[in-house]
Amino acid sequence: MNRMQQSVDSTQAIAESDAVTVERTLAGDRDAYRVLVERHSHNVFRLAYRMTGNRHDAEEVVQEAFLRGYQKLGQFAARSNFGTWVYRIAANYAIDRMRQRRKEEARREAPRAEECDGMENDPLNHVQDKAPTPERLTQSIELRRQMERALAALSEAERTAFVMRHWEGCGIEEIAVVLKSSSNATKNTVFRAVQKLRQALQPFVETKTQARAMGTES
Amino acid sequence: MKHLKEDELIAYREGVSECRSVIVEHLAGCEECRGELERIEAVLAALDTLPVPDPGGDYGRRVWQQIAPRLAEKPGRWWQAWLKPRRLAAAGGVVVMIVAAFVAGRISKRGNAGDNVANREQVRERVLVLAVGQHLGHSERMLVELSNAAPDNPKQKEVNISAEQRRAEDLLEENRMYRQTALQEGDSGLASVLDELERVLLDVAHSPEEVTPAQLEAIQKKIEARGILFKVRVVNKELQQRQEATKPTPAQSESVKRERNKA
Repeated sequence: MNRMQQSVDSTQAIAESDAVTVERTLAGDRDAYRVLVERHSHNVFRLAYRMTGNRHDAEEVVQEAFLRGYQKLGQFAARSNFGTWVYRIAANYAIDRMRQRRKEEARREAPRAEECDGMENDPLNHVQDKAPTPERLTQSIELRRQMERALAALSEAERTAFVMRHWEGCGIEEIAVVLKSSSNATKNTVFRAVQKLRQALQPFVETKTQARAMGTES
Repeated sequence: MKHLKEDELIAYREGVSECRSVIVEHLAGCEECRGELERIEAVLAALDTLPVPDPGGDYGRRVWQQIAPRLAEKPGRWWQAWLKPRRLAAAGGVVVMIVAAFVAGRISKRGNAGDNVANREQVRERVLVLAVGQHLGHSERMLVELSNAAPDNPKQKEVNISAEQRRAEDLLEENRMYRQTALQEGDSGLASVLDELERVLLDVAHSPEEVTPAQLEAIQKKIEARGILFKVRVVNKELQQRQEATKPTPAQSESVKRERNKA
């Protein structure tokens, strides 16, 4: 049996086992829900972290997703996949959390925005770095910072669409449900997100490529 | 030759293209578009290096421990969750606030029509300020007790902080509601402190019931490092001042009384 077939089989087995566990929970076996929480919390955490960009919010999203999942379990259709369902709840809550966080930060850090812009436009950030070790490390830290900044600059919908499509491999229809949008509009949101990320990161990534061409990048 | 557009290349790269075969064919013969695709891929590949922290092998168990006390005996209708005593108490607090603000608004309606809006706003703010002030006071007391907790004797291997933990859980529910209310009211300063307080409450609520002296010290250092006690005190003081400032002056009360008598 090849690896892909094995993976498909195991996903199917988990979904079937989830359905049984949901039935048990609905029948009043509260501890059965623990199996679902333990089985899916890592995946939900990964999604939540990528969407919110910080551990504190990600953990809150995970807890809230499983709490809401339990409260709404009666509405869960047995034919659906519990993993996908709780994922959707988490994505929705993460969007709310991102919105709140953005509002808070906009109010709190308005004066700091100018400093950040100053850093982004600092020509030193775009200078090609030919030296190998310590500078390369700095460059890599700088790249990481730029990536986090570029992701943070996306709208909630763009970030959700990008995370769910690019990192989590979700289908467009599934993302459209979370964004409460049409398939076409969701696709456009994915495009817009990639375009914005590219615009923000291309100079830094190119610097890296050029450094590699020069033999200074391992 | 007509080159591929950026969104066509992104759609192809992200696996959502409807004309995949046409794009593959074009890419095979067009170096420029291949170069463009490589540049898109380089950015996406760089993003793929962004790490996601590992929450730990026992993460699922920890999530369960955190949510289990908040789950109803049987899952079901959404409103059942609100019948849990803790939620009921927190929701009750908010309801009392809203009712009090409404009643106060009705009473102030009897006064001078020009002063009505200002009066209602003032009373509403006073009720909110009072409720949040009480919440901050409770949080402060819990944090002070936790900061001063210590093993009874040097040989004691574990310290029980379950009482503080349960209080932190209760306060967490309230805190979330007040933070959201503060955000809706546009009070960013208060929302920000409540957000920081929430992080500390979360840490405490998620700690084990029995902690080693070293773990206790780590929690205390965290509280100290965040300076949350100081911030809570400052905000509470500010709230008290706001409360004083929104109290009607004797002159105002007299004018309201006169208006009422005229009516």
